[in-house]
Amino acid sequence: MSRYIATRAIRGANLIVQEADALLSKALQEKGADCPVAFPNTAYYLPTIYGMTGREVTKLDELTPVLEHAKDLLHPVPAAQYWTPYLGETLDSGMSTLLAAEIIEAIRFVYGEEPGRLAGFHATGSSFTSPDGDVAGGPGGNGRLNGPIDDVQLRAWGIQLVDGRMPGFAAIVGCAKSNEVAVKIVRELQKRNILIFLCGNVNGRSVIHQLQEEGVEMGYDTYIVPFGLDTLSAIYPIGFATRSALTFGGMKGGQAKDILQYNRQRVFAFVLALGEVDDLKYAAAAGAINYGFPVIADTRIPQILPTGVTTYEHVISMPFNEIEGKDDLERAEKLVQKCIETRGVKIKMTEVPIPVPYGSAFEGEVVRKKDMRVEFGGKYSRAFEYLRMVDMDQVEDGKIEIIGPDFADVPEAGAMDMSILVEVAGRKMQKDFEPVLERQIHYFINGASGVQHIGQRDITWIRISKAAADKGFTLKHFGEIVHARLMADFGAIVDKVQVKIITEPTLHAEWLQKAREAYDYRNNRLADMTDESVEEFYTCTLCQSFAPTHLCLVSPQRLGLCGAYNYLDCAASYQINPTGPNQPVRKGMLIDREKGIYAGLNEITQQKSNGTVQEVSMYSIMTSPMTACGCFECIVMLIPEANGVMVVSREDTSMTPAGMTFSTLAGMAGGGLQTPGVMGIGKYYLTSPKFISADGGFSRIVWMSSVLKQTMAAELQAVCEREGDPDLLSKIADETICTEVDDLLVYLEATGHPALMMEPMF
Amino acid sequence: MAKQKITPSIDPAACYVLDVAELMGISTSFSRAANHKPCTVGSGQAGVCCKNCYMGPCRITKEGQVGICGATLETIAARNLARAIAAGAAAHSDHGRDLAFTLHAVATGEAQGYAIRDEAKLYAVAAKHGIPTKGKTVMETALDVANKAISEFGQQRGELSYISTAPPKRQKLWRDQRVAPRGIDREVVEILHRTHIGDDQDASHILLSAVRTALSDGWGGSMWATDISDILFGTPSPKVGGVNLGCLEEKQVNIIVHGHEPTLSEMIVAAVQDPDLIEYAKSKGAEGINLAGICCTANEVMMRQGIPSAGNFLTQELAILTGAVEAMVVDVQCIMQSLVGVAEHFHTEIITTSPKVKITGATHIEFDEHHAMDIAKNIVRRAIDNYANRGEMHIPTGDGMSEQMVPGFSHEYLAYMQGGNYRASFRPLNDAIASGRIRGVAANVGCNNPGFTHDQVHMDVVAELLKNDVLVVSTGCGAIAAGKYGYMKGSTALDPEKVGPGLREVCEAIGIPPVLHLGSCVDNSRILTVLSQMATEGGLGDDISDIPAVGLAPEWMSEKALAIATYCVGSGAYVIMGVRNPVDFSDAVSHIMSNEWEERFGGKLEFVIEAEEIVRHTLEHIDKKRAALKLPAYDPARFGESGDAALAAYLELPVEEQMAELYG
Repeated sequence: MSRYIATRAIRGANLIVQEADALLSKALQEKGADCPVAFPNTAYYLPTIYGMTGREVTKLDELTPVLEHAKDLLHPVPAAQYWTPYLGETLDSGMSTLLAAEIIEAIRFVYGEEPGRLAGFHATGSSFTSPDGDVAGGPGGNGRLNGPIDDVQLRAWGIQLVDGRMPGFAAIVGCAKSNEVAVKIVRELQKRNILIFLCGNVNGRSVIHQLQEEGVEMGYDTYIVPFGLDTLSAIYPIGFATRSALTFGGMKGGQAKDILQYNRQRVFAFVLALGEVDDLKYAAAAGAINYGFPVIADTRIPQILPTGVTTYEHVISMPFNEIEGKDDLERAEKLVQKCIETRGVKIKMTEVPIPVPYGSAFEGEVVRKKDMRVEFGGKYSRAFEYLRMVDMDQVEDGKIEIIGPDFADVPEAGAMDMSILVEVAGRKMQKDFEPVLERQIHYFINGASGVQHIGQRDITWIRISKAAADKGFTLKHFGEIVHARLMADFGAIVDKVQVKIITEPTLHAEWLQKAREAYDYRNNRLADMTDESVEEFYTCTLCQSFAPTHLCLVSPQRLGLCGAYNYLDCAASYQINPTGPNQPVRKGMLIDREKGIYAGLNEITQQKSNGTVQEVSMYSIMTSPMTACGCFECIVMLIPEANGVMVVSREDTSMTPAGMTFSTLAGMAGGGLQTPGVMGIGKYYLTSPKFISADGGFSRIVWMSSVLKQTMAAELQAVCEREGDPDLLSKIADETICTEVDDLLVYLEATGHPALMMEPMF
Repeated sequence: MAKQKITPSIDPAACYVLDVAELMGISTSFSRAANHKPCTVGSGQAGVCCKNCYMGPCRITKEGQVGICGATLETIAARNLARAIAAGAAAHSDHGRDLAFTLHAVATGEAQGYAIRDEAKLYAVAAKHGIPTKGKTVMETALDVANKAISEFGQQRGELSYISTAPPKRQKLWRDQRVAPRGIDREVVEILHRTHIGDDQDASHILLSAVRTALSDGWGGSMWATDISDILFGTPSPKVGGVNLGCLEEKQVNIIVHGHEPTLSEMIVAAVQDPDLIEYAKSKGAEGINLAGICCTANEVMMRQGIPSAGNFLTQELAILTGAVEAMVVDVQCIMQSLVGVAEHFHTEIITTSPKVKITGATHIEFDEHHAMDIAKNIVRRAIDNYANRGEMHIPTGDGMSEQMVPGFSHEYLAYMQGGNYRASFRPLNDAIASGRIRGVAANVGCNNPGFTHDQVHMDVVAELLKNDVLVVSTGCGAIAAGKYGYMKGSTALDPEKVGPGLREVCEAIGIPPVLHLGSCVDNSRILTVLSQMATEGGLGDDISDIPAVGLAPEWMSEKALAIATYCVGSGAYVIMGVRNPVDFSDAVSHIMSNEWEERFGGKLEFVIEAEEIVRHTLEHIDKKRAALKLPAYDPARFGESGDAALAAYLELPVEEQMAELYG
């Protein structure tokens, strides 16, 4: 701190705590002590309060002791002449500010005033099946801003934050010098895949207004989350940071120092204060510094350059007009560069030679029908993609061929058949890597702004927006993207890449046939592999940057819980990077065949979990189940009354028969904790013959989120047939049938579900 | 040969009162020192003298000469030094013992007026010593802690419990060198035994056991004294307090507490706030009661209550010379017998209180913790009664006669100030050293010595180190000196004339003065704790000896100073003492303390007299340690960009103009 900043922050803290006090008294009087308080779709109660104090606040009067604690953390402002030290005192006042802010926001929810309103605001939706679909019940509808980030999103981003696709988050507070600057700052951050959190205002005008006026899409899908128009909404990014530590770090509520250190060391975040900084902003910034998040201002404020509480400088001032640059846009670019430098964020950027911006932040962009220039695949045409390995001499590196007509003649918003055929060669390339590399095409193409990619293989569906087409984006750019990214990301195994874009009908049909043969071959090949047929499994420690005691073991019949890494993926990853997160591990001596317990797997688990987990079984949920980081696609949990298990999908926000939603369950399943009866898994593990085979297998499933039943209908039907009970799927309840155990038992009795007749689970 | 006359003090308040003394013809330590010619053999300059048996005394003034028993120059020098170290360690540790007994009396409900002021610290100390606290009351825990402390004094085998709080590498080194102290008293006794006629007669071996004895002070008696004082009287945190003779009040009853222990002085602090006594003082014509301290008692009550300090060791006679002191209440250590003689010229009553310390001619009111409050009130009442007897006064007033200071840097607060409740650590300090913002750390501690201009070496050293971005921590009389000249104010840290650019940034970020007051001389144990925490925090090696830090005692005079220096060296620090080398005549023994100890402990003890040379040695050592840690070389030009000063002009503009220039 400097004395100036300390004075302003402590003053701000004292005022906001007073405000929280008044608001709490009023609410207690009007709503009563037992009035429930909660943030919607989030776990961990009021997360910052829970994280810092361990208090599980569910009722209004439980906020009273929190407020008392906030008051205890306050200090008087430093004296003018003979001052005593103020850094610790300011940080405490900052923490007090955060607690008070969360109290206020929670009470505002009680009054229906949160999330804040913004006329004409509509967040981008998210859909995995169709670009025209809207996310049901998601935030950002009805002219409301975002409020807290919901848990599904937190977990979805988790894997990206750990695997480096998303380097961190920027909390932008205030209002930029101009709309143009606001857009530029956001675009620069997006280009680097940095999550952008927006809050606060300067004299009533917020960066959120600026982006809205400029037509910038805001929402989870574009990595731009507008939390609220006031400074207090900065508590939501802080809550997000706290929940990251609880979700992925295995920390418990009240482990304040650990949670703060976790954020300092592992979450690359910073505060960008745009425009005048008032007392409350100083106070909130002091709170953020507790988390190790530095503050960069675009105005004149005192700097605090010594390090320690944060990894690099604490407070940096870059008066906007003094930044060297030919115009405001260049200054904005430099400002963002400085932010990244200050936080020490490592960013890998691949230059992709295309006429539109490129980066993971654009992966979630939706191209709606009305904005669309052309589509390939979907209802009106057929598109597929196929990557194959060929001999070195058959590939001319960088060659991109368009075989057939371009879309110039296709009418506006029309459709055409198209295929992307990628041929790669490399001394270390193996046939097994084909599907791994092919699946990357989805991420590669989605990175282009104004281009949307859905699906894979022969259900590929790609849209190009009018804006992208206007900037000159054409078919050959698909080739440019795939070539640039494969060479950059997989240069260790790929030496040469050529791409053929085929729209000529005869060739298209011919290659579709060849592609389908390859898909079948691959399906059978992985399907033929069993856990017994291999000597080595793979470890995955990718998430240890976030969940330091969790270790994933990936076998042919059990994929990683994030769904993103199966056995072959891990094998490929090991080839690509022999010292990376995926290492082969010998199973070692068999200890229990049925449960899948091996000496070698236990040993590596003990070692990689720092001794917190002693034993792991591959096929049991009841005995030493595998731990989870927090990125799981589904949670499997024992329902003792039904003698079976339920499977809850990450996309399911409804109540479950366990009496908890996914968010709450996730707290028990994640963070590297071994809890018998609870397990986080990848959804394709459900189709494996080894799915909790020690506990009775697939027939144990008595309840399953309907979204799984729908999206995996064919695969699950095949499993039911394999289990010898073709009607099994209809015997499994879902949230549309029941969310109470009693009702579940009635349903199981009525349908004659086999679990009721099976041996007791424990 | 006439002794060269030196300026008595750089302190204008002291000089003012010394003029009074001269006019009145009253002798002081200053005047006596000016006329004193020390024995050159006794001083270790021109020889050594052994009086350990009655065949002698034996005087060795030539290389190769031996005593009647055959003791060599090296043996005699080492024995003399070891005895001095043992005496110093005994003084500190005995202070710790009394506090342990006070805690015991509090725990059993027998100590009138005392309480456990800092329960959190009590539990932290219990945890440090592995004392179970579950299911126990505060008083039961206090009793266990007191018993543990008491037991360590008489412990015969094993090792002291605090040893386990040192960095693991240091612990191993102590065990390997066989210097981990077994018990506090045992080590002192053993030195007395070993140095008796006809015992240990190998200089290196004698001094190794002196290190063990010193460690039993630093990591034993002193550390207990600090921790128990915090438990009983509160762990210090920053306060604002006045310093120097100007803090005496013309119209109030002035009471001075002097000596070293907080036990009685804390009770007097409470007694002077008693409304009945304040009323009583008013009934005697005074406006109130003003309490001030001298020497380390001052530091104890200054650190915890912000009670003003009238000055350091050499100020004790001067305070009486102001004619404004009704009572000077003394306990133990560094109390000049001359006080009684000076007081005879004034109305001041000298009151001795320790059962261990009586001074001929002084009033003795023996202190007993069982009736502490009654005794304290009795003393205050006597002082009030004495107010009417006050005669002419010479309180120095005006510029430079008093200053304000911010004391209170316990190691707990040091961690807090670097991160608050939730993020307390030593990371920012370690970062600042690693980056080169702070070049290194110096602990400037110790006494005054009237053989040198009062406070001058302290201040010359401190001033130069601060300009070189060395953070200074201070205890004892050195700390009071720094306070008197304004070095313990936050504003001084912002003065580019006085403080280097990197250090200024760190001080401004935290809000600290450039010199941090860590407490009394017993509280040098806090420095050991801080160094251990810095070593454990990471980034600066993994042992105390890796840290770019130096200990300095430029104006030392007591045996305690030698004990402190020796335990710091044993803990891995480089210590420079001023004044003179007490074993100067023996190159071999000087060599043991520097080279041999450095090999064994990574720290060494050297004697350097001139301030300039002390600074040069300090910076050289700091830079050597920085290089060993592969830290960037010190380069002040890289720092100094942050802080309020750069914006001072802007922030003074009217709001509209600020807004216009918001973006630069």
